[in-house]
Amino acid sequence: MATAPTTVEHAGLTWGPRALLRRLSSGDEIARLVTLVFALTTVLITVMIVEQLWVLSAESRRAFGFHFFVSQVWDPVFNQFGALPFIYGTLVTSALGMLIAVPLGLGAAIFLAELAPRRISDTLTFLIDLLAAVPSVIYGLLGVFILVPLMRTEIQPALKHTLGFLPLFQGPAYGIGFLTAGLVLAIMIVPFIISVSREVLLAVPREQREASLALGATRWEATWKAVVPYARTGIMGSIFLALARALGETMAVTMVVGNNPRISASLLGPGYSIASVLANEFSEATGTLYVSALVELGLVLFLLTFVINGLARLLILVTTQRGSGVAQG
Amino acid sequence: MTMRKFFGLLVLASLATVPVRAQNINAAGATFPYPIYSKWFDEYHKLHPNIQINYQSIGSGGGIAQVVAHTVDFGASDGPMTDDALKQAGFKILHFPTVLGAAVVTYNVPGVTADLKFTPEALAGIFLGKITKWNDPAITAANPGVKLSGDDIIVVHRSDGSGTTYIWTDYLSKVSDEWKTKVGKGNSINWPVGLGGKGSEGVTGLIKQTPGSLGYVELIYAIQNSLPSGLVKNSSGAFVKASLDSVSAAAAGAAASMPDDFRVSITDASGKTAYPISSFTWLLIPAQIQDAAKREAIKGFVNWMMADGQQYCEGLAYSKLPKEVVAKEKKAVAMIQ
Repeated sequence: MATAPTTVEHAGLTWGPRALLRRLSSGDEIARLVTLVFALTTVLITVMIVEQLWVLSAESRRAFGFHFFVSQVWDPVFNQFGALPFIYGTLVTSALGMLIAVPLGLGAAIFLAELAPRRISDTLTFLIDLLAAVPSVIYGLLGVFILVPLMRTEIQPALKHTLGFLPLFQGPAYGIGFLTAGLVLAIMIVPFIISVSREVLLAVPREQREASLALGATRWEATWKAVVPYARTGIMGSIFLALARALGETMAVTMVVGNNPRISASLLGPGYSIASVLANEFSEATGTLYVSALVELGLVLFLLTFVINGLARLLILVTTQRGSGVAQG
Repeated sequence: MTMRKFFGLLVLASLATVPVRAQNINAAGATFPYPIYSKWFDEYHKLHPNIQINYQSIGSGGGIAQVVAHTVDFGASDGPMTDDALKQAGFKILHFPTVLGAAVVTYNVPGVTADLKFTPEALAGIFLGKITKWNDPAITAANPGVKLSGDDIIVVHRSDGSGTTYIWTDYLSKVSDEWKTKVGKGNSINWPVGLGGKGSEGVTGLIKQTPGSLGYVELIYAIQNSLPSGLVKNSSGAFVKASLDSVSAAAAGAAASMPDDFRVSITDASGKTAYPISSFTWLLIPAQIQDAAKREAIKGFVNWMMADGQQYCEGLAYSKLPKEVVAKEKKAVAMIQ
């Protein structure tokens, strides 16, 4: 082990064919090159996707410019295209999903990692991992056949009855709409949050917990104040993985969201998301401007995930510094 | 010695392959006629083992794009190509009607078991969002004796781009000037009201679950799932229920005035038995095909499809081409060169 770094250093200094051969024969250089190529491939794929989206959306960008982002009209017959209702629908359904899934997932992960007996924890985790592997169309069907009737006959009338004074819960109860889509998304992404967060919590060093218990903390205080902050970065990671899935979810959302490009304050109203409209309209789109506008919607979705991912990184950076501060303090 | 053996084998091999040289033909397009097309291509392959037609049901838009780009030998579409699209293609593309489809009005009105009747004005009004209650005079007047409540009508339409939506909106454009100028026709449109369901199954699911809803699905789907279907008043004044025969009757009525390129809409057709929300679906075949063997294979298939092929229609719930149209198409096949 101790000799390996010196060989690499030595080889780095003498850059001759013999040295290269030696480095190759040691295997390290081959591994480095191969993994480098793999890493570059993913970057290249991303760049090529953006490039293609940019090129193919040229006609739509020229025709609508910035207006594309603020227009609410989506009319394939008269070639008028605006992305705002779709951006709104994507953000609202994802936000609703996260609002429900994050507390639920985090709570479940803490229970499984910290409080549950190991055997129960492992069994439950196995079942939760199975949930993560269910295809989204299944969630969509469950949504259509079980959640939608329940929403229409029970939940939405109850919401209107109790919280109906808020503009969020007004209008007719169709059963489908933003709220139902958010619920289905929440059910879909909760396994990701639980599964990853639990692993991260289990990886927290035992000393972290024991130290705070030794200082007189209760078991819950040790979990909430010492273990969870330590695992904060990993938990954030799981949440953003879940968010990425929510933003890009196509099938399950389109089956329960109502597919109506309108911006309404009511969560009971029907809406639309970017991924859904792409899935719905791309295959039968005729006319170059129409196709180009759909491609630009894809670009918008890409931008949206890009910005949200960037913000996530920033958040992780900030909280990690604070998190390590807590750990040190 | 080995060399001679090798050449001998080569000659034998080439001799053996000549008589069964496969003629591969690639096609792509509409999803609506896919079940009957795959049946036809399969049956034709059994009759002519050397001809293999591969069909990708990627949608009408894709079918048009691919035939224009020469990536397939022929395309298929639920809507005819527009004049602009034909001009942009840069070469002549012929339309051949294959079978007929129709859009059916289906609904969920609790307590009503009779088939409801709809006038064109009522349908346009409902889909424009102007008729919002089930007991609106426009609906009740056509349904004497049926007790309709004052519940809201919840409109359901297809959210995915679809030939069924094309037929439906083509019909509404013909019977309502307001629809024509405000909304128009297409595979996807800007709906004034309503909820969107993905696919026929999505629309049906929403309608079955939502009391007071009304929407449209393709005839095949309505027949296979025994959905309630409304009678629609046609331009001869008769209320007609959608069926394989009433759809063929609409096509027969339109045959007399059919243009030579077959690009014709038969919605709002006249005739006592004609169902007015019907349409052809077309094959898009280039007028000039360089490869002689391929050209003959495609012509052979189209001729067979119009004659023997039509017997498979009813089993798969497609309406047959009326004989007037077949006679006209036979002449057009000769134009492929």
